[in-house]
Amino acid sequence: MLSIGLGHYLTLAAIIFTVGVVGIFLNRKNVIVILMSIELILLAVNINLVAFSIFIDDLSGQIFTLFILTVAAAEAAIGLAIIVVYFRNSDTIRVEEIKNLKG
Amino acid sequence: MIAHSVFFYIFSLIAIVSAVMVTVSKNTVHSVFFLILDFISISCLFIMVGAEFLGMIMLIVYVGAVAVLFLFVVMMLNVAEQKGQWFSSRWDGGTHIPVGLLVSLIIFFELIIVIGGWKYKPDLLNSLSLNISTEVTNTRSIGNVLYTDYILLFQISGMILLVAMIGAIVLTYRERAGVKRQSYVKQISRERDEGVDLVEAERNKGVKIDA
Repeated sequence: MLSIGLGHYLTLAAIIFTVGVVGIFLNRKNVIVILMSIELILLAVNINLVAFSIFIDDLSGQIFTLFILTVAAAEAAIGLAIIVVYFRNSDTIRVEEIKNLKG
Repeated sequence: MIAHSVFFYIFSLIAIVSAVMVTVSKNTVHSVFFLILDFISISCLFIMVGAEFLGMIMLIVYVGAVAVLFLFVVMMLNVAEQKGQWFSSRWDGGTHIPVGLLVSLIIFFELIIVIGGWKYKPDLLNSLSLNISTEVTNTRSIGNVLYTDYILLFQISGMILLVAMIGAIVLTYRERAGVKRQSYVKQISRERDEGVDLVEAERNKGVKIDA
């Protein structure tokens, strides 16, 4: 309990990952919250990579975390741009009312 | 050791609670703020565990750029306040909530089972050559690897950022009517003949411009 090992970090990452997935599934409010949930999921993956990198004593995990950070930033920018365009065209970003794709 | 575990529990508790609050808070602006809190506590964890460069980069990239971008878009689209719509569903009577919770619960237990029943393979511990050195700083050792072994990936990630930037600009660009612009081509390709008009001025009459 008191000595923090790899399992603690992995459990924390699992919890945050699950919260992100729940956010995607249950959210009917707006698409921006879904994007934030995706950021949470990527954060959980980053926690996993850094924890393994530290506890296995291998630097590769931190390098890959850096690349995931880059891709996450790019993804957030593109996603928000798409949301802005969608809002301009149809005046709503509520998930219920986005039905153009018949999904 | 005690301090390490105490701080771990504090930061991870803050991270989990704020992750939940990102999902459930009614106001989207509050969600963004809780996302910022989440990133800050996780980067504190990173710094604590010894990956201080990544913790600082996390602060700069997420809190400084991504979260501010989120906040900007939320406030620009004016969707912040949506009262009484917490997980509401007009269309299917809310059947997505139990199904979503069930699937998430299954995912969570799968992850926990993997972590709990998992032991190191002994040959997993021997990393190849990228051992974390205790002599140089974390930033320096990342730099040593990043610009030599991973230079291609580094440049490709730069290309990804460039493409994302161009994509965002192209997506949100919109042509407006009635905006006056400079036309550089027109300015540069002007000839003397069309720019200067020689007029024979009569005495005591003057010259009429724009006749």
